[in-house]
Amino acid sequence: MRSFSFIDFVSLLSALRWTVVLVVLALGFGAPLGLGLATGRISRLAPLRWISAAAIQVIQGVPLLGLLFFFYFGMPVFLGIQVPALVAVTVAYTLYTAAFLGEIWRGGLEAVKQAQWEAGACLGLSRWQQFRHIVGPQALRLSLPPTVGFLVQLVKGTSLASIIGFVELARAGQVVSAATFQPLLTYAVVAAIYFATCLPLTLWSRSLEARLDGSR
Amino acid sequence: MNFLPLWRYRDQLIDGTIVTLELTVIAACFGLLIGTAGAVALKGRVKPTRWLVRSYIELFRNTPSLIQLFIVFFVLPNFGLKLPAFEAAAVALSLYFGAYSVEIIRSGLDSVPRSQIEAGQCLGLSGWQVFFHILLPPALRNAYPAVTSQFVLLLLGTSLASQVAADELFHVAGFIESRTYRSFEVYAIICAVYFAMAMSFKILFAVVGALAFRWPRRR
Repeated sequence: MRSFSFIDFVSLLSALRWTVVLVVLALGFGAPLGLGLATGRISRLAPLRWISAAAIQVIQGVPLLGLLFFFYFGMPVFLGIQVPALVAVTVAYTLYTAAFLGEIWRGGLEAVKQAQWEAGACLGLSRWQQFRHIVGPQALRLSLPPTVGFLVQLVKGTSLASIIGFVELARAGQVVSAATFQPLLTYAVVAAIYFATCLPLTLWSRSLEARLDGSR
Repeated sequence: MNFLPLWRYRDQLIDGTIVTLELTVIAACFGLLIGTAGAVALKGRVKPTRWLVRSYIELFRNTPSLIQLFIVFFVLPNFGLKLPAFEAAAVALSLYFGAYSVEIIRSGLDSVPRSQIEAGQCLGLSGWQVFFHILLPPALRNAYPAVTSQFVLLLLGTSLASQVAADELFHVAGFIESRTYRSFEVYAIICAVYFAMAMSFKILFAVVGALAFRWPRRR
């Protein structure tokens, strides 16, 4: 038996990069999809509104763990193919991110007064131009703080990937804990690393909220 | 795709669902107690307790629930506090939910303008009367949406308890999968059950909210 040493700390810290990779992948695929869902929710086509609302409700009504297990264990059996862990995990986190960002951004879009769209229309702008130049920027300002707040949820949520064996920070913690028999120290360090990652985001979100005060 | 082999396990599924609901309700009750106490402490004049509550909130909101659960389940036994899986999950989830509740309840209380409280005091109401008749109703109404959506997140979050082998729904899923090897069907069903529970609570909360907080528009 060996005890927790500097090398373990380094291995935990280097596992953080896979947490970051998951966050980046989830945002890279999830954000465009989320934007699609948000605009679908305020679309003038009723079926598009229903579909995006249903998609958001379903994904938000299912545990993230359920999504992960479904895409890692369930889907490959159904499709009869082998899916690498990274792909399954990326699909699950993409859907999760898209649903939450979609709902946050819809809130931002709806908070912009209807008259702003109409003013754009009066200027002869197309619906896309109204979105791109008038409503979008205002909605972005309103929804930036909760978006950064969701980022904290996402970073914490990536810890669930450990459960299906994806080696990120939480999984590395389990491995180190099992090797050293020092769960106290190991999980304290893991928690501290998450804390050091999330706290700046929380503080950033809070300062954005104060700075970009929506009531202005 | 064949869901029939799962029919044999319906009793386990129902039991798991009940345990999940129990865990959710217990964690919600204790979490709200922590939240109320914490919000009161944050509004209080004692600086050390305010500081303590603030660090509790930041600590529990900025670390993953899973790690908190592992610490309660795997680390506390080192200090002579060995909790069974269900109890450990209940403690960890209560603390997690509590950290969010403090902020929700505090912002609910803060949402009532000071002038209304002063108006109550001018009418000669006692401290308790001001609290129950003036501060509490609008504070509850303003905190209600955030509390209920946090409750649904808690319900979905109880699935983490499967990782310390508490007998809740997600753990049952793993058991059935290991018996039937029908992972697609099992996790499709489990997700459907969680979705049904989440939707039921959302609808219930919407109805209760519409009934309980309709007073301002009536006058």
